[in-house]
Amino acid sequence: MNPVRARVRRPWRLAAEVSALLIAVVVAFPLYWMVLSAFKPAGEIESSKPRPWTLTPSLDSFRRVFEQQEFGRYFLNSLIVAGCVVIASALIAFLAATAVTRFRFRFRTTLLIMFLVAQMVPVEALTIPLFFLMRDFGQLNTLGSLILPHIAFSLPFAIWMLRGFVKAVPEALEEAAYIDGASRARFLWQILFPLVLPGLVATSVFSFISTWNDFLFAKSFIISDTSQSTLPMALLVFYKPDDPDWGGVMAASTVMTIPVLVFFVLVQRRLVSGLGGAVKD
Amino acid sequence: MTGSPVSSGGAVRGRVTVRRGLSRRSPRPFGRSSATPWIYLAPALVVLGGLLVYPVYQLGLISFLEYTQAQVSGGEPATFQGFGNYAELLGDGEFWRVLLATVVFAAACVVSTLAVGCALAVLLTRVRAVPRLALMLAGLGAWATPAVTGSTVWLLLFDPDFGPVNRMLGLGDHSWTYGRYSAFLLVLLEVVWCSFPFVMVTVYAGIRAVPSEVLEAAALDGASQWRIWRSVLAPMLRPILVVVTIQSVIWDFKVFTQIYVMTNGGGIAGQNMVLNVYAYQKAFASSQYSLGSAIGVVMLLILLAVTLVYLRLLRRQGEEL
Repeated sequence: MNPVRARVRRPWRLAAEVSALLIAVVVAFPLYWMVLSAFKPAGEIESSKPRPWTLTPSLDSFRRVFEQQEFGRYFLNSLIVAGCVVIASALIAFLAATAVTRFRFRFRTTLLIMFLVAQMVPVEALTIPLFFLMRDFGQLNTLGSLILPHIAFSLPFAIWMLRGFVKAVPEALEEAAYIDGASRARFLWQILFPLVLPGLVATSVFSFISTWNDFLFAKSFIISDTSQSTLPMALLVFYKPDDPDWGGVMAASTVMTIPVLVFFVLVQRRLVSGLGGAVKD
Repeated sequence: MTGSPVSSGGAVRGRVTVRRGLSRRSPRPFGRSSATPWIYLAPALVVLGGLLVYPVYQLGLISFLEYTQAQVSGGEPATFQGFGNYAELLGDGEFWRVLLATVVFAAACVVSTLAVGCALAVLLTRVRAVPRLALMLAGLGAWATPAVTGSTVWLLLFDPDFGPVNRMLGLGDHSWTYGRYSAFLLVLLEVVWCSFPFVMVTVYAGIRAVPSEVLEAAALDGASQWRIWRSVLAPMLRPILVVVTIQSVIWDFKVFTQIYVMTNGGGIAGQNMVLNVYAYQKAFASSQYSLGSAIGVVMLLILLAVTLVYLRLLRRQGEEL
């Protein structure tokens, strides 16, 4: 029992619990409104007296979204891009984090500081040079132009965060593995990798979100071949600032948010313990 | 009580002794070879070198050139401008206005996010499982919402004609995006909504990681709740607080999507422009790539300054790299 909690007197705890529930409602309200609006039939959403429920839920907005050319394609593209970035940056960051925590070598501290500094680089500012780089390598209008930069941008934070997890694995374990005749590769993948998996989950959340969220690169690098575009762009088909199709926007938003929510719920426990682990470092 | 940061202290010191003991007995099976770490690092270094370091170099280079549509299409050679672009930028009143707006807006976002996140993290430790789970799940939901999605949802919530917020507050058809400050406020609310959960979850995880014996001892010594928080928890949480503060600074200083979507590209007559959007508009909307790059360099320098502060904080905490 956490003593901080035990010492809270009863009326205060009740007040705390009521406010926690109220705050949860407020925080969840935008999401509720998004889903609700997605299910409202045409016309009701544009009512000047918005109701917090609907008596006649309809799938029209979803139908409109999926009838929109290539929406499924956008969805798949987003999944491919985010999937590639999550897997590639997790593997690359795992190796790099192992190198900087389990080995002593020249320039180790320099490298660590460079990884830290790299986190600060305003990636949005790099849109300009990356645009020319992608153009010169013929990568404009390809998913590669979205995947590659995002791997690079996820790496510094992932390495920095994973460092704590790799550090936490006792070195005696490594000694023991070698004494038992394990090769370095075997230790790396069969012992160390599973042990730092909670950390990898936590870092993956960050690389997944930043990639899934990406709006600027998709907008800047996918300029003519829209079949290579991603979900944020599909959403903006319905969002015209002067005359938004709110039903379509909210339906597309709902579809776009669900995979992330599922991912979050799946990793929720590991995320909290993972962040705690990074903190204990 | 003088709570020293628990961060690395004990565990690391213990490990160092072990390492020394072992290395004296037998040559360590790892750590001596000079090639292996570099093999492990190679993929990261290749990716970072090609897609981060080189573009940063290019960014700097373009900021010193005359680089507009003519040079991009190869019609004219790029000419060296020296500090010409910077002089143009610094002599432009709009740049200073945008810079000031960016700093103030980012600071407001950081402070609000940290205040809300920390307060709710403490609240989480005071409640039983059901309210805690409810708040945690709501927070994860907000955190999981993509920036574009969150932006449009908040616009609908505050829509003058169809949004529920104006009805609830009795504001009639007040337009939030019309005025400069109310538009910034709206974006700020969205940014805080989607970024406080990171702070809340991290700080909560940090509080949970504090050994309960320490808190019990403090309570037995008769320390008040406030005293426990100030003298025991806060020093122990300082490493986490530094991390979440720095992350918030980085994220909020670079907010792009929310501003771009919610204020339709920077607000009426650019009144809600922040540096990122400003750079984008200069480069891609008006093809002044060199000016856009110069703005990027300015952002880079500001964030580098933040990094230096961060490094000093880490050093002072005795964190070994």
